[in-house]
Amino acid sequence: MYPNEVELQWSVLIVLYPFITGLVAGAFILASLERVFRVEAVKPTYRLALLTALAFLLVAPLPLQLHLGHPERSLEMYLTPHRSSAMAMFGFVYLWYLMAVLLLEIWLDYRRDIVVKSQTTTGVTRLIYRVLTLGSSNISERSLHIDERLGYFITVIGIPSAFLLHGYVGFIFGSVKANPWWSSPLMPIVFIFSAMVSGIAAVMLLYMVTTRLRRKEIDIRCLDTIAQYLFYVFVIDFSLEMLDLLQRIYEADESFRSLDFMVHTRLWVSQVIIQILLGTVTPILLLGLTQVVSLTGTLRKRIYTLAGCLTVIGIFAMRWNVVIGGQLFSKSFLGYTTYKMAFATREGLLTAIALMLLPFPILWVLVKLLPPWPDAGSVPASGATPAHGTS
Amino acid sequence: MFKDIEHLVRLAAVIAIALIAFVTLRALVVPHSFGQYGHYRGDAIAEIAARPVAFAGHDTCEVCHTDVVEQKKQGKHVVVPCEACHGAQAKHADDPASLKPPKLDTAVVCTRCHEANSAKPKGFPQVATAEHSGGLACDTCHQPHRPKIETAAETKPATEGKK
Amino acid sequence: MDITRRRLLILLPAAAVAWKYVQAGTPEAAPNYKMTEHWWSMLIDIPKCIGCGSCVRACAEENDVPEGYYRTWIERYHVADWKIERPDVTSPDGGKQGFPPNEIGGKNFFVPKLCNHCADSPCTQVCPVGATFVSPDGVVLVDKSYCLGCRYCVQACPYGCRFINPKTSTAEKCTLCYHRITKGLTTACCEVCPTGARQLADLKNPKDPIHEFLRTHTVQVLKPHMATGAKVFYNGMDGSVR
Repeated sequence: MYPNEVELQWSVLIVLYPFITGLVAGAFILASLERVFRVEAVKPTYRLALLTALAFLLVAPLPLQLHLGHPERSLEMYLTPHRSSAMAMFGFVYLWYLMAVLLLEIWLDYRRDIVVKSQTTTGVTRLIYRVLTLGSSNISERSLHIDERLGYFITVIGIPSAFLLHGYVGFIFGSVKANPWWSSPLMPIVFIFSAMVSGIAAVMLLYMVTTRLRRKEIDIRCLDTIAQYLFYVFVIDFSLEMLDLLQRIYEADESFRSLDFMVHTRLWVSQVIIQILLGTVTPILLLGLTQVVSLTGTLRKRIYTLAGCLTVIGIFAMRWNVVIGGQLFSKSFLGYTTYKMAFATREGLLTAIALMLLPFPILWVLVKLLPPWPDAGSVPASGATPAHGTS
Repeated sequence: MFKDIEHLVRLAAVIAIALIAFVTLRALVVPHSFGQYGHYRGDAIAEIAARPVAFAGHDTCEVCHTDVVEQKKQGKHVVVPCEACHGAQAKHADDPASLKPPKLDTAVVCTRCHEANSAKPKGFPQVATAEHSGGLACDTCHQPHRPKIETAAETKPATEGKK
Repeated sequence: MDITRRRLLILLPAAAVAWKYVQAGTPEAAPNYKMTEHWWSMLIDIPKCIGCGSCVRACAEENDVPEGYYRTWIERYHVADWKIERPDVTSPDGGKQGFPPNEIGGKNFFVPKLCNHCADSPCTQVCPVGATFVSPDGVVLVDKSYCLGCRYCVQACPYGCRFINPKTSTAEKCTLCYHRITKGLTTACCEVCPTGARQLADLKNPKDPIHEFLRTHTVQVLKPHMATGAKVFYNGMDGSVR
């Protein structure tokens, strides 16, 4: 070990960050499936996916702020960004995605509801809606049509923006030539696809949970379609990760002996057992099963739930293995260290758990303010597609 | 027509205000010297350079301690800087009378260089102190400023150095 | 000159502005120190290093380096026969108190390490705000009042020479004793080295002995495949050095 390398620089909070932004990107891609690619079956999850993305995106900067030595100086990243730094440029990618894509799309999609609610509610809620209308109460056919066209355009831009959002996080790691566990041109691609996997799985689970909580009927056709996309993306993601692994093992460069030992010892449980076996292979097999064998709706829902949970855990493990794994071995390739995760400190486990739970109350508030479900039940009338924006 | 895009015009106005606020903030908050030499605060260079010095440098020691200089010239330790053994003495150089360097413990100071170690260059003088002196302090026999023992009469404790 | 009210009204604000500049701190640089006239580097002569640890101690004292962290350190290598890719390396407390005595065979030597003050510094490349930079005279420095403590630079340095100071929560590393070299002194580590294994060098000074040395000796830099433009040159460095 180099003497300065004893402690880990990036803690579990930095594991959380790509995990959360991954959920955002994945949820958005799912939403865009309906909006841009006209996959009608997943419509019941469209608005929920957008709100989920927003809830998680709002929480995303928090682990970073808590990790910084001087969070009070974090504005410097926007005031004097160093253009050669992926981290600095990412600040703008995040801002762009939050403001220009997500918030704008949600606003445009919900505007009619916002205007209606600004006229029908009372008290503080009314004030919130009035602010959200930006003072305009025009919900004529023409204005709504303009909103719909603009929203479509934004979603189209939003897809590469979502890829950029999470691909950039991958690049932040993948561009560090000093670290052979991270340094790889595949890193942004792997991050994007694993993000899509985790986001789709998360929205699928949220849809099932919220529909159950509302005591409504789950749209099985919607669920099947989501699961199908999840399966396809998962296969691509798994192939990419296996490709990276196989190439590493075959080429066996200077770093390989050290990394190999690390995976077999320090990362055995988190990588081989949790990420690969339980978190990737098992869900792929389960989802693949539903694709080839005809199963009852109830059984499919159970399988989707199990596969979804395993997926989300597996992708978290993947982030852990990348971030923490990349710091467990010495840059001299001659030593290892361990990660001693604290519990109740600023960067400890308790904080990580709190941050992971925080998006849910936020989502609850968002759902209350901007209800994502059609009032007349979640099953759309067959053949007739409700126009965008109708409640 | 305008009525139908009024909300978008308002949105554009909000964005424009935010941009102006950002540019204003930037003009107010970014340090004045930022960008002077490159993408960093130019004043930082001066601040870093202004740190006080802790080691005086052997040239400074030699101004006063000429007798030690003469002694050292006669032996191998002529190349050893004063502060290698005596530690940082810039404060002493600034105020010699009131800040005297402490007497050194030769058991610690000498062995750091001269204790035998297989990684030290073969030609470098090194001993296993247990066998060499049987636990005696190095300055029992050696005079640190001129370490070579010429005659038996020369073995005496080190005292040189005080002006 | 008569101090009339009118003159005072002009003088006082001018004096206030001037005072502001005085207070901001003018560098105590040696008179006529011009950054553009220097391009600092260091030469380390491996066969001369005796692993006494004087450099590590001197650096810690000169720069208030916190306990358990190292701006410079020494590694002791043991290479058994032909096993160049698998050396046995130790660095007890960075070599600060020297190394414990031992008698083992094979090839053994000391390697002092420090920030390489890379010309194409990867740590500078990744800093999001411009808190670490390469000065015009070739020294990689950290502006500790601007650093966020994001630790990206620590990750990006291939040599492990950076750390986060627990007191200031900012990145820190060897400054090549910038406060000394700008005053005509040498670095603390070079000052105390008893064998001359460490030598400060100014690549822009045609009279600096390093030019002749580089021409006549076999020198390397650490991890040349990283193409960092490292400016610490090692004479007589074995291929096992990581």
